[in-house]
Amino acid sequence: MNPRHLVYWLVAAALISVPVVYNQPYHLHVMVLILIWSFAYTSWSVMGRFGLVSLGHGGFMGVGAYVTALLWNHLGLSPWFGIPIALVCAGALALIVAYPCFRFRITGHYFALVTLALSGIVLQVITATRDWTGGSLGYTPERTKGNAIAALQFVEKETWYLIALAVWAAGIAIWYWIDRSMIRYAMEAISEDEDAAAAAGINVTAEKLKITVLSAVMTALAGALYCQYQMFISPDTVSGISVSLQMVFAAVVGGIYVALGPTVGAIITILLAEGLRIGFGTKAVGWDNLVYGVLLVVFIIFLPKGILGSLLERMKSSSKR
Amino acid sequence: MLVVEGLFKRFGGFTAVNNVSFKVEKGEILGLIGPNGSGKSTIFNMLSGTFPPSAGSIRFEGGELAGLPPHKIINRGIGRTFQIPRPFRRLSIFENVALAGYYGQGGGSGSHSRGKADESAERALAAVGLPADRKASVDGLGAAGLKKLELAKALATEPKLLLADESLGGLDEHEMDQAADMLRRIRDDLGITIIWVEHIMGVLMRVVDRVMVLDHGEKISEGLPSQVSSDPRVIEVYLGTDAQDTQAAAAEARR
Repeated sequence: MNPRHLVYWLVAAALISVPVVYNQPYHLHVMVLILIWSFAYTSWSVMGRFGLVSLGHGGFMGVGAYVTALLWNHLGLSPWFGIPIALVCAGALALIVAYPCFRFRITGHYFALVTLALSGIVLQVITATRDWTGGSLGYTPERTKGNAIAALQFVEKETWYLIALAVWAAGIAIWYWIDRSMIRYAMEAISEDEDAAAAAGINVTAEKLKITVLSAVMTALAGALYCQYQMFISPDTVSGISVSLQMVFAAVVGGIYVALGPTVGAIITILLAEGLRIGFGTKAVGWDNLVYGVLLVVFIIFLPKGILGSLLERMKSSSKR
Repeated sequence: MLVVEGLFKRFGGFTAVNNVSFKVEKGEILGLIGPNGSGKSTIFNMLSGTFPPSAGSIRFEGGELAGLPPHKIINRGIGRTFQIPRPFRRLSIFENVALAGYYGQGGGSGSHSRGKADESAERALAAVGLPADRKASVDGLGAAGLKKLELAKALATEPKLLLADESLGGLDEHEMDQAADMLRRIRDDLGITIIWVEHIMGVLMRVVDRVMVLDHGEKISEGLPSQVSSDPRVIEVYLGTDAQDTQAAAAEARR
């Protein structure tokens, strides 16, 4: 076995054994949150790294969370079926929004604005259908009295840690798979020059749609997972513009061109939010958003490749010398 | 091989291409010339699917192309280069060409095998004389190198018909001759039919089999290089502006 693979296996083993060795509930809770959000941010960066800046991913996350919970509460449909349905819904929503954008060449800032409207619309729909969704007060999936596995409801944090770890690892694997596949070259080409990409034989609209739908479906899975873990969702925590912006922020801070960038972003944002919450309590409500905003500007200007991206680049250039 | 009939393109009230018909036979090099704004690039853009014609038909090997999107047209076997090279700067030279090989032959969504795409890329790079080094950056290429890369991208899609758009602008005389010879070699060795749009008459006349002349969106002359360059209408509307060049070119073509 080559040493690189050995390192991967050791890291995997270490990550899997965390809850066995160390199971302080609060710390484990923070780790689960980090893993779920890392997966969401990774999902965003799957398209964000190709210049497809979506400010509407909160919408997909909301669809994932709410469709799963609504199907469970109203129809008694297990999340094992509810989640795939939610993912299909998110994919369909992505198609409906993205197809006209790509077909009529809405790119760059204009694309970002269209997606911004999407996250607003999903938030409004959840709030407006309050008889079903509980509106802005939030929504709780009913606790199961039967089989915990069928209901995908677990009390033990260790179980959630392992589920979140598996999903996060799958997200990283997808990121790598894209990074090595031809679609990456196609997307890089498209983000530079759509006409030249078309002249190279690329079906520009189709390739952009593929990556967008993939990203949306992954994000919806993050939403569904968050819902099952927290057992409480509200429009502000899983959808809406602030969640969408938080994704952009975390991914940019960590680095959107490296696989673990969004994960680093999640660690920073969640530790920041938790730190402010514990340090200042209710006095600091909303501060994290302010800090995000300022940091986002600073990062885009001074460190556009993000923390991990810049760090890896520096290591690479110093090892060459 | 290619039969174009009654082609029109209108942009608002302006008619950029006005009832143009022509044929291209398999294995020939057709030169397409005309002053700026005469409709050459508009015809290319319709042939390659950048936009559909307002009216008329484009039949390639019996199948209708008018209105098809670019990736489908490339898949039928028509490749194109751009007047100004448009490389993908974030990809290496090899990746640029392999990408075109992969998608160009894969019907736009990449169902092609990657190994075969790499092979087409290697062949295309060899045909234009660029190194097949997988990491070499596009930034190292000069004007002539970028033109070659542009050509290699089109060749990697394994076209039967190549649309070469003013591929010699910005080159010096020696480089122009080389490029013209390269187009001829592509036809001779790879059997690819070529339509060549060009400003620079001299080199073009030396290499092409037939010439078609456009002015204000209309075809005003067509025939052998020697016939076309002595056609009084051509001299009047197009060549009158630089008559000396023209006569030199005609003389060279007759030789």
